[in-house]
Amino acid sequence: MAEVIYDHVTKRFDSVVAVNDLTLEVKDGEFLVLVGPSGCGKTTALRCLAGLEEVTSGDILIGDRVVTHIPPKDRDIAMVFQNYALYPHMTVYDNMAFGLKLRKVPKQEIDRRVKEAAEILGIQDLLNRKPRQLSGGQRQRVALGRAIVREPQVFLMDEPLSNLDAKLRVQTRGELIKLQRRLGVTTIYVTHDQVEAMTMGHRIAVMNQGVLQQLDTPENLYDRPANLFVATFIGSPAMNIFPAKVVSGDGSYRLVAGEVTLEVPPSHRSRLADYVDREVLLGIRPEDLEVVVGSEAQRGDTVRLPVELIEPLGAETLVHLRGPAGTLIAQGEPRIHLNPGDVVTVRVRTEHLHTFDPQTEMAIF
Amino acid sequence: MTTAPVRTIAPAAPLPLRQRIRLWIESEPVLAYLFMSPGWLILLLFMSYPFFLGIWISLTDRTVGLPTGEFVGLRNYRDLLRDGVFRLTVLNTFIYGFVTVPFKLLLGLLLALLLNQAFRLRNVLRAALLLPWIVPTALSSLAWLMLYDPVLSPFSWLLKDWGVVEGSIAFLGSRVNAIVSLCVANIWRGTPFFAVAILAGLQAVPHELHEAAAIEGANAVQRFFAVTLPVIRGIVVITTLFSIIWTFADFQLVYVLTKGGPANSTHIFGTFAWQEGIGGAGKLGMGAAVSLYMFPILAALSAILLRYVRSQET
Ligand SMILES: Nc1ncnc2c1ncn2[C@@H]1O[C@H](COP(=O)(O)OP(=O)(O)OP(=O)(O)O)[C@@H](O)[C@H]1O
Ligand SMILES: [Mg+2]
Repeated sequence: MAEVIYDHVTKRFDSVVAVNDLTLEVKDGEFLVLVGPSGCGKTTALRCLAGLEEVTSGDILIGDRVVTHIPPKDRDIAMVFQNYALYPHMTVYDNMAFGLKLRKVPKQEIDRRVKEAAEILGIQDLLNRKPRQLSGGQRQRVALGRAIVREPQVFLMDEPLSNLDAKLRVQTRGELIKLQRRLGVTTIYVTHDQVEAMTMGHRIAVMNQGVLQQLDTPENLYDRPANLFVATFIGSPAMNIFPAKVVSGDGSYRLVAGEVTLEVPPSHRSRLADYVDREVLLGIRPEDLEVVVGSEAQRGDTVRLPVELIEPLGAETLVHLRGPAGTLIAQGEPRIHLNPGDVVTVRVRTEHLHTFDPQTEMAIF
Repeated sequence: MTTAPVRTIAPAAPLPLRQRIRLWIESEPVLAYLFMSPGWLILLLFMSYPFFLGIWISLTDRTVGLPTGEFVGLRNYRDLLRDGVFRLTVLNTFIYGFVTVPFKLLLGLLLALLLNQAFRLRNVLRAALLLPWIVPTALSSLAWLMLYDPVLSPFSWLLKDWGVVEGSIAFLGSRVNAIVSLCVANIWRGTPFFAVAILAGLQAVPHELHEAAAIEGANAVQRFFAVTLPVIRGIVVITTLFSIIWTFADFQLVYVLTKGGPANSTHIFGTFAWQEGIGGAGKLGMGAAVSLYMFPILAALSAILLRYVRSQET
C-alpha cells in the first residue's frame, strides 16, 4: 500500500494534450475517483501511472519511489481493464495465477491466494471455466480477482463497471466499495459516471480537457464546486445556470434576472462587493428550488414562474419552469398535481445559491 | 383446475400446386442443395471428370497422339515402384515439402511480428511483402534462374568479391546444390503467405491482453507464448497444412529452374508426371499413375486440415 503522486504530469499525443500539467496526491489506502466527460484524459492519466504510456513531462511517484521511467511490471500495480482483458484460452484459475507464476511465487502460495480471492469474490465454482463461459458480471469478478491476488500497492481501474447492465452495476458498485475498504489498497478508479464517482470515492478528481478542475470530497464537490464546469458536471439533473445582475441598496445585495429577484444571504455579501452592478452567473440546484403548491405570500426568497413540463420520476417530480433565461428545473414533491401553463410559487433556498464569474467561470461563492 | 378452451382447427384446405412447389423449394434442405448446385456442377465438370479420367488413363498404356490405349491394370504403378527415378522423386517431394515449410513458417512468423510493430513505412513494407506471392511463379522463377546462372549469378559474384569462394557456384549443377537452391526459391515464394496470414491473426490479438500481461510481469517472449500464440495457433496450423499441400503439388518452380535435372535427380511428383506423360516419353498412362501416387498423401493432409478446421468451429 502506498500513496500516489502526479507531479506536474503532462501527456501529449502529437497535437493533442491529453493530460495537462496534472498535479495530484492520492493518500495511502484512499479510493480516488477520476471523473470527467469523454476524452478528458482520464484513461491517459491512468495509463501513465500504469506505465503503459510514457509521460511527456513531469513525474509520477508510487510510495516514495519515482516510477516515471520504470516499466509497468516493476511498478507494483494491478489494473482492471474496461473490457477485463482476460486471457481467453486460460481457465479462471490460470488467469488469476498467471501474474504470480511469472513472479515465481511458490505453488502453494499461489493456490492459497487464488482460492482466497475466489472466495472473497464468490467465484469458487468458476475456477475451471474459460472466460467465454462466463457472464459479464462473472468476468468482471475474475478481472478483479486477478488484481487482488497480486496484492499490489495500487489498484487501477478503468471504467470496470461500464459493461454491466444497470442493476448489476449498482450491486457491483457496492461490493467494490466494501472490498476496497476491507483490503485498504490505494485505488484509482476512472469513470465518466458522476453517480459512481459520488458514491464510491473518498475523494474525487474532476477533469476536463486534460486539466484537473477540482480535487475534493464528494460533499464539497457538490456543495462548493470550484468552477462552473464542476458545478454543472456534478449533480443530476444539472444545476440551473442563468445570468443575473448584482444590485445593492439598503445594505443588502440582490441578484436580479428579469422578473426574478433574489436576496443574497448576509454571509455571502462580502464576496459580491466587486461585482455590484455587474452580471454574474447564478447557479441553483433543482432541489434548492422548491415548488410550493397553493398561493403563498411573496417573500424575498420566492418567485412566481410558469410551468412548462412535468416529469414524474416516482420518488420525485421534476418541474420544468420558464425562467428568466431558458428553462429552470425544480424538484417537486412526488405525485404533485400541476399542468403546463400553471403559474406556481417557487421557494429558493438562497443559502445554497452559487455564483460564478462570467469571465473566468470560477466560483464567487 | 381450469382447462384452457379447446380451439378446433379446421383441416387445412389443399394448397394449389404452384404454391406447394414454392413451399417445397423454399424448405431449407431443398433450398440448400439448390444453392450449392452451381458449385457442384463446376466441381463435377472440371475436377471430378478429369480426376476419374486420370484414374482410367493410369490403368492403360495410352500414349500421346493415340486416342485410346490398352487396359493394363496396375502395371504402370508396379513399374514405377521399381523405377529409381520415381523413388528419388518421392524422396525429393518429401524433402521439398517438409524442409521448406518450417523455414517458411518461422520466417513468416518473424516477418509478421515485425510488420505488426508500429514504424514508419510500415504500410509500404506490408504491401511489398506480398510481391513474391503476387508475381506469377513462372515469372519469378525466371528471375531465380538468372540468380542461379552458373556464370552470371550475382550470388557467385558477391561471394567471390568477398573472398568466400574461389570460382562460380554451380547452383543447379548437382543434385544437392539444385535441391537446396530449389528450397531457397520456394521459401522465398512461400514466406509471404505465412507472413500475411499470421499478420492478420496478430491483428486479432486484443491490445489490452498484451498490456495486462506486461503489467503482470511478462516480458516480450512470455507475452508471445501466453497471449499471442494461443490466438494465432489456428491460423498457423491451417496455413502450415495448406503450404505443405501446395508445396507437394508444386510444378512451376522446379520445372523452370531444373526441369528435374541434373540427370532426373531433382524431380518432384508434378514435374516427373509431366515428363513421363507429356514431355519426354509421352506415356500418358505412366504420367497419370505418377500423379495419382500423390493422391493418398494429399488426401490424408486434406483430411487432417478439414478435421482441424471443423474442430475449431465448435
Ligand atoms: N494513443 C493515442 N494517440 C493519440 N491521441 C490519443 C491517444 N490516446 C488518447 N488520445 C487522445 O487523448 C485524449 C484523452 O483520451 P482518453 O482516452 O484519456 O480520454 P478518456 O477521458 O478516458 O475518455 P473516455 O471517457 O471516452 O474513455 C483524447 O482527445 C484522445 O483522442
Ligand atoms: Mg477512457
